Amino acid sequence: MTTLFTILFDGVAYGMLLFVLACGLAVTLGLMNFVNLAHGAFAMAGGYVCAVLVNQSGWPFFAALPLAFMVSALIGVALERALYRHLYARSHLDQVLFSVGLVFMSVAAVDYIMGSSRIFIKLPAALEGQFDFFGVGIGRYRLMIIVICGLLTVALQLILAKTRFGSRLRAAVDDPRAAIGLGINVPQVFAFTFAFGCGLAGLGGALSAEILGLDPYFPLKFMIYFLIVVTVGGSSSITGPFLASLLLGIGDVAGKYYVPKLGPFVIYTIMIVILIWRPNGLFGRTAAR
Amino acid sequence: MSIRSHMLLVAGAVAGVLALAPASAQDAVKIGLILPMTGGQASTGKQIDNAVKLYMQQNGDTVAGRKIEIILKDDAAVPDNTKRLAQELIVNDKVSFIAGFGVTPAALAAAPLATQAKIPEIVMAAGTSIITERSPYIVRTSFTLAQSSTIIGDWAAKNGIKKVATLTSDFAPGNDALTFFKQHFTAGGGEIVEEVKVPLQNPDFAPFLQRMKDSKPDAVFVFVPAGQGGNFMKQYSERGLDKAGIKVIGPGDVMDDDLLAGMGDAALGTVTAHLYSAAHPSAANKEFVAAYKKAFNSRPGFMAVGGYDGIRLIYEALKKTGGKTDGDALIEAMKGMKWESPRGPISIDPETRDIVQNIYIRKVEKVDGELYNVEFATFEAVKDSGKTKK
Repeated sequence: MTTLFTILFDGVAYGMLLFVLACGLAVTLGLMNFVNLAHGAFAMAGGYVCAVLVNQSGWPFFAALPLAFMVSALIGVALERALYRHLYARSHLDQVLFSVGLVFMSVAAVDYIMGSSRIFIKLPAALEGQFDFFGVGIGRYRLMIIVICGLLTVALQLILAKTRFGSRLRAAVDDPRAAIGLGINVPQVFAFTFAFGCGLAGLGGALSAEILGLDPYFPLKFMIYFLIVVTVGGSSSITGPFLASLLLGIGDVAGKYYVPKLGPFVIYTIMIVILIWRPNGLFGRTAAR
Repeated sequence: MSIRSHMLLVAGAVAGVLALAPASAQDAVKIGLILPMTGGQASTGKQIDNAVKLYMQQNGDTVAGRKIEIILKDDAAVPDNTKRLAQELIVNDKVSFIAGFGVTPAALAAAPLATQAKIPEIVMAAGTSIITERSPYIVRTSFTLAQSSTIIGDWAAKNGIKKVATLTSDFAPGNDALTFFKQHFTAGGGEIVEEVKVPLQNPDFAPFLQRMKDSKPDAVFVFVPAGQGGNFMKQYSERGLDKAGIKVIGPGDVMDDDLLAGMGDAALGTVTAHLYSAAHPSAANKEFVAAYKKAFNSRPGFMAVGGYDGIRLIYEALKKTGGKTDGDALIEAMKGMKWESPRGPISIDPETRDIVQNIYIRKVEKVDGELYNVEFATFEAVKDSGKTKK
């Protein structure tokens, strides 16, 4: 029984991690209707920033995390202003080709600068190991992931639903022309949203190095996971991807534990079943769009 | 100048080039080095490339009066690429050797080409037993997983380890490691309580490790390809398997010198059987490690040694044939060759063309503040026991 809880705990941690990594993609894809396959590259950037700061400059881990967010967000702003905005009006195929090109460039660049071997971030001792909670093994690091990601999710939901910026963003997405007419600076709102999504990915990248491993191929390896989260969750809100991440995380961990032979297939089976049942994802909008 | 004299000039130039070409082909011996320089196995490729460069710096680039020219190609460990590149190297560049091969499927993909072209294929990394049986022109300077897995199986059974759970990557070398370990460990009276094969591209070991922990073994036998060992060890200690008294044993790939420094203290006490440790206490190794560190600012691992010995084998074979590049003569020259490698004394088995080497049992310890695999027992001149033909 306690094992079940440990599995559940690990699954939730894995799911939360997937959510932070992928929710930026849900924002760009769902809210801005832009297919950005290079999303993982921002996550990787965050991971490497954190690794360099902690391992080489001796920063404390928790101080490096916000910086991973900032740097990825800044790279996001720069690229959005320089490149991405020219493609907002283009077809999805153009966007896919462009962003895949960016992925390969980022892989080659990181390989050149940082080398191709996997790197780790030196963690403070307080985050290592596992403690026993009524017989359930709780990993300290995973617990921290759940706490950070849980807080982020609540904050995101509040920003989108309750703040002025949230309503501007929703207005800009629903009808950009009317929004401009009302005096909302739509390009600015988009740029800010894009950067925020990239920042979240960067934070996710820094957090995931310990669990998923960080190497220059990160954006390629995990692209498929991000896309699964967004397609299963539906891309119209952030509740969808959040629930989808949890479902996939728990499904993946439990599948690998109980039926190790089928382990890697579980996540894809869940995806196929859900997409047959609800082709637009769990919380997708219907074809009206 | 008329058109005619132009034509003559061109014709003369062409004739000159044609006359030169065979001459230059005669004095340079070309070696096609096919390695994964990008992709997940890139660390293997870089180590071998470094080691080959180092050997050539130390020993000059001329052997038996002929210049050695290395043509490096990147196959990203994809066998289709390997085959295409090997073909191009043989047909267009007229290489006399193909060498490298980071993973088993890559080495196998090139095997039929080596046979047809009658040129030696020097396997410097890939470790599945069957490789050398796929072509009479294949010689290996790395290792086979059977070599280290049988030894650690015997050692575990004799050293108080009764129950073992296994975690191996689900591909040819992983399955080799598992089979040979199981054979020798159960023959010695041990029991396998849990057997998990993990997918090769596996981001998170957590669920598999939880399964290991719940089966309460004395030790976990692990084989994951070079590069994934770090993740494994991190999660092993995160999940508290070390505190539960579960040891890690395995072939030494998990504890590659390349990664060891980054693993942290979780790796301390891990016992593995392997062919090479950067801490191997011999003069030849100390010199090799110092030179490698100086040139590339990193510690050489067993892949680097495979490359270093591979290029040395090519040099020595050329010396024996007096610079002739006839494939059959070169293979004959390589058979039974013996030398002192940084890893210890090694030789090429004349029957199987596979490597015969010492396998060391090592334990991870801290030496001068850095983690090293410290050798404490030696099994001498171990042949590959995984051959199907005896």
